[in-house]
Amino acid sequence: MSALKLERGASSHSAYDLRDYHAAGEERHTLAVIVDNEAGALARVIGLFSGRGYNIDSLTVAEVDHTGHRSRITLVTRGTPAVIEQIKAQLGRIVPVHEVHDLTVEGPSVERELGLFKVMGGGEKRVEALRISDIFRAKVVDSTLESFVFEITGTPEKLDAFADLMRPLGLAEVARTGVAALSRGR
Amino acid sequence: MSRSMTGARMVVEALRDQGVDTVFGYPGGAVLPIYDEIFQQNDIQHILVRHEQGAVHMAEGYARSTGKPGVVLVTSGPGATNAVTGLTDALLDSIPLVVLSGQVPTFMIGTDGFQEADTVGITRPCTKHNWLVKDTDSLAETLHRAFHVATSGRPGPVLVDIPKDVQFATGTYVGPKQVEPARYQPPRKGDVGAITRLAELIERAERPIFYTGGGVINSGPAASQLLTELVEATGFPVTSTLMGLGAYPGSGKNWLGMLGMHGLYEANMAMHGCDLMINLGARFDDRITGRVADFSPHSVKVHVDIDPSSINKVIRVDVPIVGDVGHVLEDLLKIWKSRGRKTNPAVKQWWAQIEQWRARKCLSYRNSDKLIKPQYAIERLEALTKGRDRYITTEVGQHQMWAAQYLHFEGPNRWMTSGGLGTMGYGLPASIGVQVAHPEALVINVAGDASWLMNMQEMGTAVQFRAPVKQFILNNERLGMVRQWQQLLHGERYSQSWSESLPDFVKLAEAFGCKGRQVSDPASLDDAIREMIDYDGPFILDVLVEKHENCFPMIPSGKPHNEMLLGDLEAAEDIGTAIQSDGAVLV
Repeated sequence: MSALKLERGASSHSAYDLRDYHAAGEERHTLAVIVDNEAGALARVIGLFSGRGYNIDSLTVAEVDHTGHRSRITLVTRGTPAVIEQIKAQLGRIVPVHEVHDLTVEGPSVERELGLFKVMGGGEKRVEALRISDIFRAKVVDSTLESFVFEITGTPEKLDAFADLMRPLGLAEVARTGVAALSRGR
Repeated sequence: MSRSMTGARMVVEALRDQGVDTVFGYPGGAVLPIYDEIFQQNDIQHILVRHEQGAVHMAEGYARSTGKPGVVLVTSGPGATNAVTGLTDALLDSIPLVVLSGQVPTFMIGTDGFQEADTVGITRPCTKHNWLVKDTDSLAETLHRAFHVATSGRPGPVLVDIPKDVQFATGTYVGPKQVEPARYQPPRKGDVGAITRLAELIERAERPIFYTGGGVINSGPAASQLLTELVEATGFPVTSTLMGLGAYPGSGKNWLGMLGMHGLYEANMAMHGCDLMINLGARFDDRITGRVADFSPHSVKVHVDIDPSSINKVIRVDVPIVGDVGHVLEDLLKIWKSRGRKTNPAVKQWWAQIEQWRARKCLSYRNSDKLIKPQYAIERLEALTKGRDRYITTEVGQHQMWAAQYLHFEGPNRWMTSGGLGTMGYGLPASIGVQVAHPEALVINVAGDASWLMNMQEMGTAVQFRAPVKQFILNNERLGMVRQWQQLLHGERYSQSWSESLPDFVKLAEAFGCKGRQVSDPASLDDAIREMIDYDGPFILDVLVEKHENCFPMIPSGKPHNEMLLGDLEAAEDIGTAIQSDGAVLV
């Protein structure tokens, strides 16, 4: 048997395969999926995740090429390395899918999310909310005497942190877009 | 040339341009314009089925036995939903099908109209791809694309949903050559570096095995020839999944028989003990692997598959090769030959080991001169049809496994069975589809009584279209495989697994306008089989067999390959304890 022993990753050109494939721990991956913007394309992608029991943490989709009718789906998913590889392979065989990019392993990338946060209250809490929003460079996009709506753009972690701080100050409602992501450079 | 015509005519035109000679279907309100066009032409024959599920299985039988896509035409609503089982079956077994369904007119979609169903929504997870065509001008292009997708890469079923107003309206027809080349072009050639690595492994391996699957059949007859050449040239043993039977001839000296849950002892032991596993177009299905953690623990695994998602899905492999099996085999043979056609002399000892496993004679069973043993019935069927160009279909269950064990297939496309989905009721319609494609051939459906009843209405189709299909029913008045599992797993409590009130199959045959015979005496079995074969028309042979026979060998669920149950253990060991609780949750 030892005569045939292969080095781990010897059969692949990807450094990704040098990691422990059987690791039990889950990883968070951001995938960019370029699809034809045709009826049912999103349903195929989502149906794949529900049908095969994969997780979706976040999903955004919009047509990014109006002449070519291409949409970009940005997906944040979670799974063991084996599951992540399988998710990418399964996405790749959907007929209207053009490209699948794993932004988490293909090099550095930027991730941004936009959130709207409604904070209700008055007095000291209202002042504190406004002060913190300034630190986070949030914009006030709506104001009444007892409420603010803040608009904030950043990483999902930044939005989480903002929500945590606003909660004791009267956070009433949150709307988030989900993550949009692009690779850096090149 | 582009021509103006109605959508309904386009359908017929496109089918003709795609070389379709047969459509299996059932008319209804939403496809009447297409049926009107079918009425007015003679190039394409239409086989009127009795239930849409039957149409899809017929198309599968047609496709599997010819290598061409099978074509189905059904109406909206129930017509389409009845096709769902067949679509799922074809998806799991990678059978190319083009299913055309009618739909309510576009302006009624979403109103819960009569016979409206969200067909593309329902069939999205059970097709390779599907389309709803909303304007007549894009119909021809969509139909041509449908054939391309169904037959390219890993084949599979596709569905085109055509609203009735799209069929009536006039638009521009384009032929297949006028359609812009599709972006969907899965690569066929494997990576030469990886193929070279495989050639090196072949040179060094001491205990190699070829593990082949349905991908070899799907790749076309050339792939089977190349496989046979490679196996003969290397002298390596070869085993196959249920779907791959016939790719390497059953009479070949390197043939170990089928592997897997009901595979042969020598095949499974060789899989467990090998040092080089060469998977050609199989997908490490759970019927094959048994307990994944203990699957072939000491081997280097090479996996050739046209579908990248099959690689590392179940079993982590060392050398993945994405490509068409036929192309990869061609390149592999070239590379291996140019390097001097070397193999390791130690393979001789490996064969000696395999011969010891073979000597175990795992398919032996206690025969009887009073009762027909199901294994004996299939052995006689094999003996009496040997040497004929014979096509076999099956239903699902014990009889299917016995057929896979005891029948030998000398070439590809001669064995049609529902492997992945395990669809009872597949075999009878599939046999009709095969017969329609090969009118002069001997086509036999090896069936169980319970499975056969699931689509028995299709005997009407067989009689109407003079398809002389032979229905070889192993009748144990049981759901044999369910009964076997209840014996193994559920304390011999045989919940709902017997067939009460079975019809008289001989009278049933007569009622359908064909011929039937019942046989229960082993001494008259040969005569009955000969009568079935010689009869000029559809024939139902009701073979009353031993009711409580179990199908062995068997890898109990949750067990690895080297822990098989063999037939003679039945007497020695309490069979009820063979499967432990951790295996009991598996199917």
